[in-house]
Amino acid sequence: MSPVMVRFGRRREFRRLIVEGTSPWHSNCFIHGMNKTASPFFNEMTAPDGGIRPIYQRYADWLKDHDSTALERKGREAELLFRRLGITFAVYGEADGAERLIPFDVVPRIFGGEEWRRLETGIKQRVRALNAFLHDIYHDQEILKAGVIEPQQVLGNAMYRPEMQGIDLPNQVYAHIAGIDLVRVAENDFYVLEDNLRTPSGVSYMLENRKTMMRLFPELFAQHQVAPVEHYPLMLLDTLREAAPPGVEHPVIVVLTPGAYNSAYFEHAFIASQMGVELVEGQDLFVQNHRVYMHTTEGPQQVHVIYRRVDDDFIDPEVFRADSMLGVPGLINAYRAGHVSLANGVGTGVADDKSTYLFVPDMIRFYLGETPILSNVPTYRLGLKDDLAYVLEHLDELVVKEVQGSGGYGMLVGPASTQAEIAAYRDRILQDPHNFIAQPTLALSACPTLVEAGIAPRHVDLRPFVLSGKDIRMVPGGLTRVALKESSLVVNSSQGGGTKDTWVLED
Amino acid sequence: MLSRTAENLYWMARHIERAENTARILDVAHRSALLPLDIEGTEAYLWYAPLNITGCAGAYESRYGLARNDAVTHFMTFDADNPCSIYSCLKAARENARAVRGAITQEMWEVINATWLEVTRRSQGVTVDGNADFFDWVKDRSHLFRGVTLGTILKDITLSFIRLGTFLERADNTARILDVKYHILLPRITDVGGAADYYQWGSLLKSVSAFEAYRKIYRDVITPSRVAELLILRDDMPRSLHACLNEVEAALNQINGGSGHEARRLAGELHAMLHFGRIEDVLMQGLHEYLTDFLDTTAQLGREIGQAYLSRNHLGRFSSMSKVA
Repeated sequence: MSPVMVRFGRRREFRRLIVEGTSPWHSNCFIHGMNKTASPFFNEMTAPDGGIRPIYQRYADWLKDHDSTALERKGREAELLFRRLGITFAVYGEADGAERLIPFDVVPRIFGGEEWRRLETGIKQRVRALNAFLHDIYHDQEILKAGVIEPQQVLGNAMYRPEMQGIDLPNQVYAHIAGIDLVRVAENDFYVLEDNLRTPSGVSYMLENRKTMMRLFPELFAQHQVAPVEHYPLMLLDTLREAAPPGVEHPVIVVLTPGAYNSAYFEHAFIASQMGVELVEGQDLFVQNHRVYMHTTEGPQQVHVIYRRVDDDFIDPEVFRADSMLGVPGLINAYRAGHVSLANGVGTGVADDKSTYLFVPDMIRFYLGETPILSNVPTYRLGLKDDLAYVLEHLDELVVKEVQGSGGYGMLVGPASTQAEIAAYRDRILQDPHNFIAQPTLALSACPTLVEAGIAPRHVDLRPFVLSGKDIRMVPGGLTRVALKESSLVVNSSQGGGTKDTWVLED
Repeated sequence: MLSRTAENLYWMARHIERAENTARILDVAHRSALLPLDIEGTEAYLWYAPLNITGCAGAYESRYGLARNDAVTHFMTFDADNPCSIYSCLKAARENARAVRGAITQEMWEVINATWLEVTRRSQGVTVDGNADFFDWVKDRSHLFRGVTLGTILKDITLSFIRLGTFLERADNTARILDVKYHILLPRITDVGGAADYYQWGSLLKSVSAFEAYRKIYRDVITPSRVAELLILRDDMPRSLHACLNEVEAALNQINGGSGHEARRLAGELHAMLHFGRIEDVLMQGLHEYLTDFLDTTAQLGREIGQAYLSRNHLGRFSSMSKVA
């Protein structure tokens, strides 16, 4: 995962912000920032002049009357609730029965209706373009022919699935469920960190966080008009119904999980039960005559839509990884024959790849003829002459990465490097500029959070969930993730990232 | 319903019921141990009973040797290496429930999960004084689970598979308790009808919560044939074989579909035997022989249920079905 830099204002103090793969959001990030200094970064609650941002006014008033001891008690209550409900994630390789809680912070992250609608429009625009891109590259490849993206970028990508070429999907939707990771740097300045188009997770935490907050702080909900998120499962069910193969009027829908030992199993079971559909494992399904059936007490029953939480690589041992025990032999042929739909579709990974990310604004212009509403983190491609010149001038304030690099290896963090390191890296760049990209450091917003010392600002991001069927649907809100610890660099599941309830206030 | 779901529901219920029955068996053993019985070898006999009922005497002896109060109690309560211990049963029930979280209600899951969390806590600091409390707690949790199940779940085949597991397990247990008690507990034939005899039949009744019912129905001294009648043939006694088979048969009829003809036939046959049976005939055949037959048949029934509903071996059946079509 890519570390991003957090910049702390004029004193040019930089803090490293680690975006690290952590259960149960495998592919994704917990954010961690260190903020020993006063905060020049955007504070979600407090305006630069020390006043309260209007949207937080009511909450701030309430907070004044509640000391942190009372909040801590609520926090412990929440933890008990989560443990009793079993909202845990399993940790691989740990002693039997090891299940962890993801820390929950009782201070909500609040958006105003107006700012949310702008975000929502931008997010939907982005997802529409991404689906159009996926349809295009698996069909006529107009975007490649037009020269907007080099063919090699797509066709040479390991996540491009030639098996999908020419296959028509219902509504031309590939990514039925998308998680778009956003960070904020200023009042009206949001950046997309990453598009998650494979099997984005975390939505169960969004729902359970809300339920828990309503139980702990009913008076706050009486005072605030918090837009509901509880109907997400029904929206998801509608989306999956719309994904059914043509002509199937009453599709049988299932959720496919890798099993009870998967780190996100709670979420899989939760979603299935919220929708009232079966939660199946690969062993429960079989394929006959290019149709998928599940073993039931009544005998075989045909399945039409599979909301799969198993990655492409593991979904069909006959096509992808032969050693997979999680998949269903023959599934891809049934899928290609159009007798079963998979959500998300196969081959979406090519569109949320780090190097494809650069082109999403171009996709929006190319497919929709619109101006992108949300910004990418500005990225310099050192293969381009102008970019290269700029980056070489500003190496001390940028993050430079190898395009194919991962895990932070072979990376230059300008502000944290010595002159000698920068000089050495400059030589590496010059040997093969095409192999590098550079990004500025971002000052992520912070939200008041309950920590040991009381309420203190901690950095947050946001993952809203986007459903694409005949229409694009979203509930107002998403999962806010927060970096809880103050003094360690790397956040992993045992020491760090938490979640918050995300409120969108109706005006 | 998914076969795997049915399988987990069925075993979840069996494991909870088994934990409860183990607590009952141990509770009686502990009560009996308090009685002043100066019969030589009584202690060992007493502590073999729980091991024999649950069929794990061999596993116990290989690790602990002669049956003793503390060792047997630990072995059957918190011993994580004994698959029959209460701890292991509650753990298995929780794993079954976790595998089908979507199929059971939130409240059911909470009861099972909280039970598991509490038993792990208790397993770390158990005292002998706390035994009675612990057995009561296990029974309470099982009662709570049944109550929550009946109070929250849709009455469809989800409930049928849970009931099937509960009552098949209970029938099996009641038969075992009756059998072992009858044959093992009295060291000498002269003790029959004595004080020891009275206490033992009395505690047997208590172990299946039938002591009060016995008083109410017979209003007389406790005799083996009446105990046998109460626990085998009377269908108004909730833990009797007859009552259990009523439920098993009803659940199987509700499940119907699939290829459960043989399971339904066997359950019907067992049920008819209990429904029309007379205690005189049971005793004439010999209680032990009768119960052995019963246990064999219920084991067979369990296998048939597994085959018909719980296995994922439909492919063959499906192929022959599609050939016809």
